[in-house]
Amino acid sequence: MSIIEFDKVNKWFGQHHVLRDISMQVEAGEQVVICGPSGSGKSTLIRLVNRLESHEEGQLTVDGIVIDDNAKSIEAVRRKVGMVFQQFNLFPHLSVLENLTLAPVWVNGIAQKEAEAQAMQQLERVHIAEQAHKYPLQLSGGQQQRVAIARALCLAPRILLFDEPTSALDPEMIKEVLDVIAELATQGITILCVTHEMGFARSVADRVIFMDEGQIVEQAAPEAFFDNPQSPRLKEFLSKIL
Amino acid sequence: MSEAHMFVAIPPRPAPRRIRGTAGWLRKNLFSDWPNSIATILLLMLFAWYVPQFVNWAVISAVARPDVEACRAAAHAGACWGVVAEKYRIILFGRYPYAQQWRPLVAVLLLLSLVGLSTLPRMWRWTLLPLWLLGMTVFVALMGGGIAGLVPVPTSLWGGLPLTVLLSVGGMTLAFPLAILVAMGRRSALPVVRTLCTLYVELIRGVPLISVLFMASFMLPLFLPQGVKLDVLIRVLVGIGLFTAAYMAEIVRGGLQAVPRGQAEAARALGLGYWKTHALVLLPQALQAVLPSLVNSFIGTFKDCSLVTIVSLYELTGALSLALGGDVVWRPFFLEGYFFVAFIYWIFCFGMSRYSVRLEHRLARGLRRN
Repeated sequence: MSIIEFDKVNKWFGQHHVLRDISMQVEAGEQVVICGPSGSGKSTLIRLVNRLESHEEGQLTVDGIVIDDNAKSIEAVRRKVGMVFQQFNLFPHLSVLENLTLAPVWVNGIAQKEAEAQAMQQLERVHIAEQAHKYPLQLSGGQQQRVAIARALCLAPRILLFDEPTSALDPEMIKEVLDVIAELATQGITILCVTHEMGFARSVADRVIFMDEGQIVEQAAPEAFFDNPQSPRLKEFLSKIL
Repeated sequence: MSEAHMFVAIPPRPAPRRIRGTAGWLRKNLFSDWPNSIATILLLMLFAWYVPQFVNWAVISAVARPDVEACRAAAHAGACWGVVAEKYRIILFGRYPYAQQWRPLVAVLLLLSLVGLSTLPRMWRWTLLPLWLLGMTVFVALMGGGIAGLVPVPTSLWGGLPLTVLLSVGGMTLAFPLAILVAMGRRSALPVVRTLCTLYVELIRGVPLISVLFMASFMLPLFLPQGVKLDVLIRVLVGIGLFTAAYMAEIVRGGLQAVPRGQAEAARALGLGYWKTHALVLLPQALQAVLPSLVNSFIGTFKDCSLVTIVSLYELTGALSLALGGDVVWRPFFLEGYFFVAFIYWIFCFGMSRYSVRLEHRLARGLRRN
């Protein structure tokens, strides 16, 4: 069974039909990049996975849990799914270390000392352990985003969602963040990443999905996706951004 | 070589005016231009006119002894601080039995040290709660008596400074958590909760504190079941708490509104529920942002407590009118009495204000970029 299964999922914002009959599967350990013009529904799509948004129709299953209004299942799915945001969303009133230990201590009930030891490991993993006692706003954008990735890793998630992780970064900091994500990709975590970084998609992704107007228009392995696009809309999109 | 190409040095500019030293400071800050200079001179003249007069009235010609004849002789050309020396026990402790007034003194010192202790960041842990419970119990026991051989003193005789401190500390302690809950309620996704909280705020904000106190004091007992008697002090305390909470709730809500949406999303994505998201992520940032307004509200509450006089509780201001109102001999010197009371208020409010500045600096730690 796939780790994420969308079956005819529909979502509206008021009158606006943002996701139309989305059906797709993601296998455990797969790296999927989602791209498409702005307003195509790609962020909404991944925000359904950890229920930051809710869908009105269809069925969504994440690691065997059917996603619905049930508070227990929402809680359970959020333990398995980590998320990294465009604007980092670190907690500015807490130090880097406190940002990382907050959820392990208050959600999983791990002892503070143990949580800190684990947090330090995750900070090493994103090469930023020496900043553990600083506050988020004292770090550069790239550093903040790497801290945000470490924070998401602290709950040992099976799935990581990235919502345009490099869009708010200065150009010279994009690489350090993408390198960290690429490293994670080799370590068996399932990754769903919304991004406009096509070089990254080509080198890291197992599959690239193109969305437009709330629909999945085309999906393929990176070589086929970039070198042999089928639909006119994807051809047009690629011609604009490559 | 033509004229046009000949090198001609521009004349040297004059040396810049001294900006350091006393003269430089004066010029820069007080006489930088014409309007500034005029304002400086006018203000200096005003000071020169009033300060000597005030010093003469308050110090040089003042009478410090509680001697009415001497005060009358000074004929208001000098302050009669004697009125304070004569009446300070009534002003500070109201109608509390004279022989027992060491009890309110100890009680208010106890309460103030508790407040002082609570302001220290290293005391901010759960031990503060039992400490406060113990402190309040001792406060009430000391003031009320009836145990350990202390003569019982009914709450209607409590007054002066202990009452002011009790009402404001108690009112704020009630108001603060309530304000947070109401602020959260007004942002709730549940329409019933939202409507109730909005109603509460609009209702309380729409009436003056005096009428709330009046209702708490005279109308509430009519609605209580027969035989249930709630002490007037508790009713007034609850009234002040409910009133302050409505204002504070709006301040807290403003703070919550200012926290970016991404913060709540990140907390939820990490699996934190509604209460933990608020307690650990949103409220620390929101309260820090509105700290100056909150302190404003605290200071306001402290002074609003003087309104309880209308329900016959004689806190600091009320005790002053009590001390002078019925005394024909000393009544002419009420101005000095008000100076004294105002000074006490000022010390407390200034203390709160200074403390908030320190707290702001401490809390801003993480939000500074350096």
